[in-house]
Amino acid sequence: MTRLVVVGASLAGLRAVEAARKAGHEGPITLVGDEAHVPYDRPPLSKAYLDEGEPESTTFREESHLTGELGVELVLGRGATGLDTEAREVLVGDDRVPYDALVVATGARARTLPQGGDLAGVHALRTLDDAVAVRRELDRGVKVVVVGAGFIGSEVASGARKRGLDVTVVEALETPLVRACGEAPGHWIAGLHEKHGTRLLCGNGVAALHGSGRVEAVELADGTVLPADLVVAGIGAIPNTEWLEGSGVELDNGVVCDATLASSAPGVYAAGDVASWINPVFDRRQRLEHWTSAAEQGATAARNALDPTNPTAYRTVPYFWSDWYDVRIQFVGTPQADEVVLVDGDPEAGERWVALYRAGDRLVGALTVNGQTEVMKYRGKILKGAAWDDALAFAEQRQQARSVTTAG
Amino acid sequence: MKICVDMNKCTGLGICESVAPDYFEVGDDGELRVLREEIALEDVSDLEESVTSCPTEALWIEP
Repeated sequence: MTRLVVVGASLAGLRAVEAARKAGHEGPITLVGDEAHVPYDRPPLSKAYLDEGEPESTTFREESHLTGELGVELVLGRGATGLDTEAREVLVGDDRVPYDALVVATGARARTLPQGGDLAGVHALRTLDDAVAVRRELDRGVKVVVVGAGFIGSEVASGARKRGLDVTVVEALETPLVRACGEAPGHWIAGLHEKHGTRLLCGNGVAALHGSGRVEAVELADGTVLPADLVVAGIGAIPNTEWLEGSGVELDNGVVCDATLASSAPGVYAAGDVASWINPVFDRRQRLEHWTSAAEQGATAARNALDPTNPTAYRTVPYFWSDWYDVRIQFVGTPQADEVVLVDGDPEAGERWVALYRAGDRLVGALTVNGQTEVMKYRGKILKGAAWDDALAFAEQRQQARSVTTAG
Repeated sequence: MKICVDMNKCTGLGICESVAPDYFEVGDDGELRVLREEIALEDVSDLEESVTSCPTEALWIEP
């Protein structure tokens, strides 16, 4: 009977084991994860989890459900340390876990501040343990410095502001979120910080952290010194592939996969933040760190690993969301575009707007701020390869319908 | 078969709308509206996808 091993016990790993059972796989399944926790949901950790009061658990499934109903053998609190693709065994310390089909879902880990050293009060925010630690600091009512004005950093800043704390966000780039959203939209979104009383300093990196035992201040490249009791770094993530080095699985900014999530090694598939695959929608290699793709890739990778002669490609219009203050930011598609056009609203004046992204004569992306009713209509269009002119006409029509409704 | 939503879990992220626009729409207020509950036979796989792709696990199908 085919033995399925899934390495990485977060969303993609969980969805892999669930999809395997749903597809009728009756053989043994082993789920290996380096954290001690059963799989839990990460997006809330930098959002509602940081609010005042008792946080809601973000655990996906009870352990008894995983081991009982799903019949999964859990190996938690011990990460995989190596892979023998010849013998088809995952190395977990001194143990060897044999597989016929393997899904690699080891995700990514938060980049840490090189200046952080051993100082207390300096955190990343990626894991449940990180979130518990950051919450504890926020409860003490501290002065907060967030390093990195990306989505995680900005969510932490917003959570701290909600508690009325003094927050400064420091960003090394001149414009935040350029890679995720493009130049102008990055600037527009960043404006939300100032509007909500968070100080944003751009084009200024961290030179040093000061303090004895505990962090007391952050010194920036231009010499500015910011007093801080809590420093949270949201400076990106690194795919966890070190354990695969030398295994024969090709690595390049993640596990290199084809469109069906198959790696270069037989029987080895990848899913989630660690997977770099060819997305047929854009005919482009992508490595996404989004909830939706992690969940869907986990399921697809498991099904393909168990039925390798009949694989399906994973096609997606990437989607992510972020909640800042009382604002929901949503993006569908790819920000790699020739042009970005604001089709509704005004970022300077209000907190509701829609921007569309053009590559060639196609619509490839849409960014909305408080545009929940607009964003998914564009996701469908991007999937179908909608023409740019049609997208603009649709946007015009939506906007007119809106002004009629508002006037009435 | 019927599509059901737990409105206490739903936060209006809208992935369901992108998968099955005839069944779901997020309104201007950010709240999800179910446009039709009864699932047509040819739409079952789309609705199943909407269930598994919901980040808040707010959807399910009742037989």
